[in-house]
Amino acid sequence: MTALLGLVTFGVLAIDTEQNLPTPELQARYDRLINELRCLVCQNQSIADSNAGLASDLRREVHSMLLAGRSDDEIVKFMTDRYGDFVLYRPPFVRRTLLLWLAPALLLAIGALVAIRVVRGRMRLASTDTDDSDIESRPS
Amino acid sequence: MWRYVLPLAGLVVLVVFFYRGLQGNPAVIPSPLIGKPAPEFSLSSVRDPNRQVKSSDFTGRMYVLNVWGTWCVGCRQEHDVLLAIARTNVILIVGLNWKDDRALAIRWLDQLGDPYVDSAFDPEGRAAINWGVYGAPETFLVSADGQVLHKHIAPLTLEIWERDFLPKIRASQGNAP
Repeated sequence: MTALLGLVTFGVLAIDTEQNLPTPELQARYDRLINELRCLVCQNQSIADSNAGLASDLRREVHSMLLAGRSDDEIVKFMTDRYGDFVLYRPPFVRRTLLLWLAPALLLAIGALVAIRVVRGRMRLASTDTDDSDIESRPS
Repeated sequence: MWRYVLPLAGLVVLVVFFYRGLQGNPAVIPSPLIGKPAPEFSLSSVRDPNRQVKSSDFTGRMYVLNVWGTWCVGCRQEHDVLLAIARTNVILIVGLNWKDDRALAIRWLDQLGDPYVDSAFDPEGRAAINWGVYGAPETFLVSADGQVLHKHIAPLTLEIWERDFLPKIRASQGNAP
């Protein structure tokens, strides 16, 4: 998967005018950041995937902020200050997104409860069945 | 009894949930700038590369910032509305010309009419990013003390103007001495 993303990013770099970043560490942070930021024009693509004008502008901002020595958190904050949490493919874990993050666990728990009840019911039914067959097999 | 009621209740909850999910427009992303200080900018004027248009030129006055470009179909669509609003002299309209060509932009203003007190030229889109712009046309309302009061995404119509902008403008003018 990472290799695949790397390929995608490489393709994108080819259409941008920016040079590759000086160190592999910076380049890796760049690749990770642009894959985590949503393109707001084409909402189902990251800014790494999109060739929209705005995506290319945002890649340029990430690029220059990395060169200026800004941290990943500062860059993400720059983006959310302007575009809101929507730019993040991974929304923050805050009160407003609690249901979003906990929904899978919650649904799994509900499913488990239902499953347990059904299985218990079947077991009870099965034992009644044996009783019934006993009755039926009894000579009348 | 419950084994029929519970799944039905669950279904109703899901239907309501998904139906509401279909109502919103996913292309409209709420701006985190509302109620915050408007981003500053200092760019050359579309009409005169030697003249700067700065956000500080408008401090103390309420203004509308309209993001436009000659490549933007929606901007052409709302242009007559902007001209009509400008004629009412209710508020200043400042243009932010986004990722455009200067010659084309000047021709657009000359041919279609110029509703703007001035248009800032932002070919690289850096000021637009500070304003959280992601698609033209976008229209911001900025108060006299420099707060973003409202943002409209998509072409303006007079109905939208009268419903979403005018009451806010009137309210603040009422408060002003």
